[in-house]
Amino acid sequence: MNIQRGNEQTSDHAPAPGPSAVAGAGVRFDNVQKSYDGETLVVDGLNLDIAPGEFLTMLGPSGSGKTTTLMMLAGFEPATHGEIFLNDQPINNVPPHKRGIGMVFQNYALFPHMTVAENLAFPLSVRNTPRAEIEAKVARALEMVELPDFGNRRPAQLSGGQQQRVAVARALVFDPALILMDEPLGALDKQLREQMQYEIKHIHANLGVTVVYVTHDQSEALTMADRICVFDKGIVQQLSTPDELYEKPANSFVAQFIGENNRLSGTVKEVSGDECRVDLDGGGTVTALAVNTDGPGSRATLSIRPERVVLAAQDGGSGRGDVPNRLSARVEELIYLGDHIRIRMTVAGRDDFVVKLRNDGTRCPLKAGDETAVGWLAADCRALDPIDD
Amino acid sequence: MDGTSDAPDGLLTTGDGTPLKTALARATRRAKLKAVVLVLPLLLFVLVTFAVPIGQMLYLSVYSPVFADNMPRLSAYLMANPVTEVPGEAAFEALVLDLKDARKNRTHAQVGTRVNYEKAGSTSLFKSTARRLRKIDGPPYKEKLLALKPAWDDLHLWTVMERAAHRHTLSFYASALDLGYDAKGDLVRAPEERRIYGLLFQRTLLLSALIAGLCLLLGYPVAHLLANLPLKYSNLLMVLVLLPFWTSLLVRTTSWITLLQSQGVLNDLMVWIGIVGDDGRIQLMYNQAGTVIAMTHIMLPFMILPLYSVMKTVPKDFVRAARSLGAGPVTAFVRVYFPQTVPGIGAGVLLVFIISVGYYITPALVGGSSGQLISNQIAFHMLQSLNWGLAAALGALLLGGVLLLYWLYDRLVGVDNMKLG
Repeated sequence: MNIQRGNEQTSDHAPAPGPSAVAGAGVRFDNVQKSYDGETLVVDGLNLDIAPGEFLTMLGPSGSGKTTTLMMLAGFEPATHGEIFLNDQPINNVPPHKRGIGMVFQNYALFPHMTVAENLAFPLSVRNTPRAEIEAKVARALEMVELPDFGNRRPAQLSGGQQQRVAVARALVFDPALILMDEPLGALDKQLREQMQYEIKHIHANLGVTVVYVTHDQSEALTMADRICVFDKGIVQQLSTPDELYEKPANSFVAQFIGENNRLSGTVKEVSGDECRVDLDGGGTVTALAVNTDGPGSRATLSIRPERVVLAAQDGGSGRGDVPNRLSARVEELIYLGDHIRIRMTVAGRDDFVVKLRNDGTRCPLKAGDETAVGWLAADCRALDPIDD
Repeated sequence: MDGTSDAPDGLLTTGDGTPLKTALARATRRAKLKAVVLVLPLLLFVLVTFAVPIGQMLYLSVYSPVFADNMPRLSAYLMANPVTEVPGEAAFEALVLDLKDARKNRTHAQVGTRVNYEKAGSTSLFKSTARRLRKIDGPPYKEKLLALKPAWDDLHLWTVMERAAHRHTLSFYASALDLGYDAKGDLVRAPEERRIYGLLFQRTLLLSALIAGLCLLLGYPVAHLLANLPLKYSNLLMVLVLLPFWTSLLVRTTSWITLLQSQGVLNDLMVWIGIVGDDGRIQLMYNQAGTVIAMTHIMLPFMILPLYSVMKTVPKDFVRAARSLGAGPVTAFVRVYFPQTVPGIGAGVLLVFIISVGYYITPALVGGSSGQLISNQIAFHMLQSLNWGLAAALGALLLGGVLLLYWLYDRLVGVDNMKLG
């Protein structure tokens, strides 16, 4: 607990001036449930440990319970059941202003009747910080977000990106050990959003605070987080690092929600070790990793990432010995995307099977209407729980 | 060649050489014309039924031709000869001849009333003199008239008539400001017991401010609730707020009479509970308390609606942000929420204040004598004493005062910050 994280992650990055590095706080949800109407659970049995200094992203579609979880942590919504711990102290009965948690809101929530400097001074002045210290901290915070000359402006005179930075600075200026961010980049355009993602990530790395970040944008989650907590229907579907989440989704929802995914439905024929044979509904039998299936006779959904599919056209149509799963395919559509070409095909009766072909300068060997074959390694094909579509 | 090009003088022009601004003005003229045509009916309606009559009415506060029109000879004499003492034969001749004509035209009472505005007793003097003028059939007029009615030998009366001979006068404004002219024609304050308008203006402003303040106190929490409740509850609450609004004003006012009078529901209740004894019933009606209570109730929607419309636009995140930044509920309210609602407060207070300042029916019904406002006095002069000049002067002062307050408000808060819904 309370380990000074310092600048260990920022060897390539000059330490930014700004709020001093603080030890991040640890957070623990212990079987937390939340219901608004007494009939449905918005958050169902949440158990979650957030390590000090961690950047944890809560990812999920709207209505999945991620924002409600954040609001419970901030203290704006009481937990219906269970306990939330901040640095091992239960905080269910601590009002929001005594939790010492910085928060960045979706629409920034900068106070429009105050200047930028007054906004930044607000959390300090309500804590009765001496005036000189307030001025020094506000100046440092403005410098941290690279807006040193903007103190006297009103929020309305700033661009969206600048308001965003001020909101981040305000949440950090009183040196909280935990920062919550509720879709803070949702209102920015794509380019600015990507730039801010890096900036927030760097600020986190420099200060060592714990960050809990809510988003519905999976690429944002993959870019920023140490760990991602995927929510759906009030339940944590998977909690892992970004690469594990992408490479090894635990169920069909995660496979579908994170990144692009090809689904094939079928019935498990036999299971041997950690592999299984699956009869596809559209014909053909393939080998897959038995990740989340119920044994022979049960339904399963296979998940294959588009970039792991091997085209027969790529290896001269001879077939490769190390690709055990081979299915015939018909090219439906080619979409040029610059760095790669998306090929939509019909495979095993499904016409939404997508293959990504890296643009290496050679001409694409396929055109719409071609009959060809696709294949993939058993290790790249995960048999998961069945979903209807 | 594209659509625009640079003319030699640097002005942008269209392809055929017309300046761009001209072309733009031509293009927008049609739209402007359409807009004017669309509002024209309402504009004419308001102009004919509202603006023009009000203008005429206000003009009456400085224009009073009744004396000059009906006493032409005397008016001519008085305009030519300033009065420093009771004038001589020529003036009395003009007076007698004019008064004879006026009696023929049955206008002598109006003339007397006009003079009576500034000198009490003049109406009866004019009437009784006119009745007995038959006895004077030739000079010397002064001698005969003074023998008949010695009251005409009065410098004050003649200075009043001198002022009345002018078609344009400021004497109504003087009266409205509790000023009057003494015998020599100098402007002095009215005697203490007759300074009623200053008192009434003062009371009107104070009571209106009190009503606006009470409405703010009572309306602010309701508006906050309205703006933050879930939709199904807030709709119900909104109906409750608006329901009195849709009920007739008279019904509401008379129901307050039923509630507040000394044998009314509220007093009965207090006697029954034992707060007051049966002989100590509280007088809540026919005094200022009645006016304040009934008008606060009537004005509440005018406070709640602007407040609500402003509070509706204050994002909930503001208070949450303040709380998360370390502010307790009170600090978050005072430093973040309240400043956001100031435009609504300004609009509501101004609206309630302005409507209250000119309010008539409720104070007339429940105000008794101590709860009367300036508008009741205006109505009195319009309908009963028929001194329209004074009514118009009082009205104009009221209007001027409200405009002054509006200007002050604009300087202090800014009208652009005001939201009325």
